[in-house]
Amino acid sequence: MNVISLSPLDLILAGGLVILLAITSIVMQLGVARRLLIAATRTTVQLMLIGLVLNTLFANVHLVWVSLLAMVMLLVAGREVMARQHRRFGGVWGYGLGTLSMFVSAFATTIFALLVIVGTEPWYAPQYAIPLLGMMLGNTMNGVSLALDRLTTSAWQQRGVIEARLTLGQEWRVAIGDITRESVRVGMIPIINAMAAAGIVSLPGMMTGQILSGTPPLEAVKYQILIMFMIAAGTGFATMAASWIGARRLFDERCRLRLDRLIQGRS
Amino acid sequence: MGMVSTIHPPGILPRKHQLSTLAVHDLAVLALQPVSFAVHGAECVCLTGPSGAGKSLLLRAIADLIPHSGDVRLDEHDCSQMKSSLWRKQVGYLPAESHWWSERVGDHFLDADPVAFRRLGFEPQVLDWQISRLSTGEKQRLALLRLLANQPHALLLDEPTASLDAANVGNAELMIREYRQQHQAPVLWVSHDMAQIGRVADRILRLEDGLVEEVAA
Repeated sequence: MNVISLSPLDLILAGGLVILLAITSIVMQLGVARRLLIAATRTTVQLMLIGLVLNTLFANVHLVWVSLLAMVMLLVAGREVMARQHRRFGGVWGYGLGTLSMFVSAFATTIFALLVIVGTEPWYAPQYAIPLLGMMLGNTMNGVSLALDRLTTSAWQQRGVIEARLTLGQEWRVAIGDITRESVRVGMIPIINAMAAAGIVSLPGMMTGQILSGTPPLEAVKYQILIMFMIAAGTGFATMAASWIGARRLFDERCRLRLDRLIQGRS
Repeated sequence: MGMVSTIHPPGILPRKHQLSTLAVHDLAVLALQPVSFAVHGAECVCLTGPSGAGKSLLLRAIADLIPHSGDVRLDEHDCSQMKSSLWRKQVGYLPAESHWWSERVGDHFLDADPVAFRRLGFEPQVLDWQISRLSTGEKQRLALLRLLANQPHALLLDEPTASLDAANVGNAELMIREYRQQHQAPVLWVSHDMAQIGRVADRILRLEDGLVEEVAA
């Protein structure tokens, strides 16, 4: 590998820039210095830890360990989706809805890519499986949380309209159809924008990383395209599943609009 | 050839000409005591009582829009045995405030009967109007037209003329009267206006402290 290894001194130099920024923001009384330093510390500790975990994992390739890490990543992503809802479902649905949608979609897409497209040996080789899954989950999480937030907020604001449509004899699917479609659209917009702007406005992070580590640019680009397609499919299907199941959950067995199933989360 | 029987699409009840009855039995929701009463075909029963007594809640429960106990029947058809969308279409609930989901008025009507529109003071061009430009009174009249275009078997009206001028109140009352007589439809009408109750009611129910009692007309 022709990658230039970074010494601790190199990182300290880069960290100096952050400290300089913190000092400047104290002088300007921006009130973000503390949060900036905590975030910088967190990023160092968290990334070091995952580096250690991945090092260990790469040395002990076993399906159980890979699955375990994948589960932890999924559960954290599920918690994040829940925390980002202004109004979320109460009880087990608050956590389960987003997590289940991400599980089905992100895992299916990743496993498909590993087995059919990349063809690693073994198929769960952590060097490929974990980064791919991480990128899938990160993007799917964004899409699902945007979609669910839009779904529940719109249903709350437009409850009169939804009930008016039910009153006139429309099925729940039709009565909330406009809102469901809008939620899916909102969840899919970030990846559509990212694909449209890729290479012109921004150089995607994964491709940049591969180029830095010495991969020929065209090889890196091919991987990036693969990732973009996977993210688009994974995010799109997860967003659809979450919006559809969420919309169904807003109605009970008599198709009454049940906003009492939502609880107010952090705003 | 054997006897010709009338074929109805599945789930659609035949148009009927005999009297149909809306029967409410032990219906309870939230703080209301279980209430029972019946409204017979072509009969107009006014529901009155102080604000906050739960009149709208009662109508919403009959329309099966909110969880409730007890049962409601339209003739031999039990609400809980019928598909909820079909039930709601048949009991014809008109909320006090109307809501619209599309931009144009016409998007909310499958087939608009120009005669009915004229009777409530609208030219057929109203179908091209923007919902956002309608006044409260116009919306209320259009909501009534939208409901009746659905051909419900019963009517549950929550202050259907509250924002109308005197002439349109008269037109709307006449239209509702003709509808219930033509369709033999039971009408449950929430109103605060004693003069209106005097004009339209066959019987009066009063809802107070969670109890329904019949009062002398």
